[in-house]
Amino acid sequence: MRLRQAALHAALTAGGLAMVFPFVWMLLTSFKGVRQMLNSPLDWLPHPWRWQNYPDALAAMPFGTAYWNSFYIAALNVTLTLLTSAMAAYAFARIRFRGSGVLFVVFLATQMVPAQVTIVPLYLMLARFGWIDSHLSLILPSVANPFAVFLLRQFIRAVPVELEEAARIDGAGRWRCFWNVVLPNIRPGLGALGIIAFLASWNSFFFPLIFLNSPELATVPLLLSQFSGQHTAVDYGLILAGSAIAVVPTLIAFLFGQRKIINSMAASGLGGR
Amino acid sequence: MAVLTRARPRAGRRRAPGVRNRDGWWAAFFLAPQVVALAVFLVFPLGFAVVLAFMRWDGLGRKEWAGLDNFAAQLSDPEFGLAVWNTVKLALLTVPVGLALALLIAVALNNVRGGSFYRVLYFMPVVTSSVAVALMWQIILAGDENGVLNNTLRSWFGLNPPDWLGDTGWVIVAIAVVTIWSSLGLNVVIFLAGLQTIPPQIVEAARMDGAGSLRIFRSVTLPLLSPTIFFSTVVAVISSFQAFDQIYVLVRPEDNEGARTIVYQVYELGFKDFEFGMSSAAALILLVLTLLVTLVQFAAQKRLVHYDS
Repeated sequence: MRLRQAALHAALTAGGLAMVFPFVWMLLTSFKGVRQMLNSPLDWLPHPWRWQNYPDALAAMPFGTAYWNSFYIAALNVTLTLLTSAMAAYAFARIRFRGSGVLFVVFLATQMVPAQVTIVPLYLMLARFGWIDSHLSLILPSVANPFAVFLLRQFIRAVPVELEEAARIDGAGRWRCFWNVVLPNIRPGLGALGIIAFLASWNSFFFPLIFLNSPELATVPLLLSQFSGQHTAVDYGLILAGSAIAVVPTLIAFLFGQRKIINSMAASGLGGR
Repeated sequence: MAVLTRARPRAGRRRAPGVRNRDGWWAAFFLAPQVVALAVFLVFPLGFAVVLAFMRWDGLGRKEWAGLDNFAAQLSDPEFGLAVWNTVKLALLTVPVGLALALLIAVALNNVRGGSFYRVLYFMPVVTSSVAVALMWQIILAGDENGVLNNTLRSWFGLNPPDWLGDTGWVIVAIAVVTIWSSLGLNVVIFLAGLQTIPPQIVEAARMDGAGSLRIFRSVTLPLLSPTIFFSTVVAVISSFQAFDQIYVLVRPEDNEGARTIVYQVYELGFKDFEFGMSSAAALILLVLTLLVTLVQFAAQKRLVHYDS
């Protein structure tokens, strides 16, 4: 039994090292200078440690602005997604109306359509709206989220109807029931969905790549890709300092909320893909 | 409470008569934001894509009816054939290996004390931006002296390894490795959540009947986990068909044809060549391929997946 535990731990640690190595290597490389890149056999440790890569990366690209852009876009997107999908989920779970079944099936079906299939028409449409090279193109289209409606509907169905009935006897209307009775009772669902939606928006690359042009509007992943494109294969130290600036704060936030984040994504199965 | 229950004739109808006919309005009110967003940003563009696929249009000049020309042009273009083949290859490489690894790790984690530490390690790539992931792997896989993998293989083992990202054959394997690495943690925690729903009594009973660990895995764990595995397979195939970020950053497929996938084709035709009709046709072919593969999987699950009745 003890031997088996030891073997399992050894295997899991080996796998864990494979997961951590790219991060460690990114950090080590981010402190190397150009001249240290092409040594063979290669230097594992930076020598000397070139801290200057970080100020250089920050000076070359507006990472601060990109962080703010990514953050406020994700925050607005999460707020709108949570509110609208909870409303729709409430209608599907609690209100009887004609065509409810058909409409729900339509919701589920649209979830199957990959973003790449609608990207060209979406681009043309947003161009007509004047939303290209504007953050609106990232905030509003991703609010349409059938998966979120489906997830919250499951949570609302688990809330006892009697709670709402009691509120109705006290004279509460539909909206009061939704806002004061149902929403507080599906807080775990809202939290899980909020985390998934935030991560999806925070790490999204395809839409920003196509919809944005101005560097000052770029989100963190887009800025990082432009940054690496400008310094092709010459100065890896600088590029990886940029990557570290993009990755490390997210990882720290993840470590603080890891239990909640992992459980949310496991429970909802589909995750942020 | 008993009075309340009697007051409503059927579950679901739960208010005084006379108020009920306002329900339609309330439903419309609650549904409106999502329905409008879905119609404008998903359903309408989908319809538009279908129309565009039958047109010749670069976004500026006149739109011209093209019939099936766009589809014919794509299907007879060797570049598109290559893209389809690469897309299929990527799915065949990532899905079985990625899910099998995730299953192994999940089972190990389920049997080990103090597993939550490993869970965090394996999950780190999932929360990391795909662009950063690709850049991190670029310095590992690079063919020149920058690549730590080849540098080590050469100087420690005297091998002469291929240029993983530059070689037309190996590049899809490299992309598959990066894709598996970055999605492994998500599949692990989903499988782990599935494993934890298996009642320990069943495993105990099998053990009392003299079943060994392997036998228990094959005859108890796998069947009980099969709905989760099926679901993850469907999702993994779809997301591998849609892979874009890691390919775009790791290798520009215009530099290495071996990395060209259907999604990249859609992107290049639409946003570099401004062949909107061609791009939409390629996108629709991707959609049809996705639906076909998903249908096949749903047909196969009837025989392979065990559902509790």
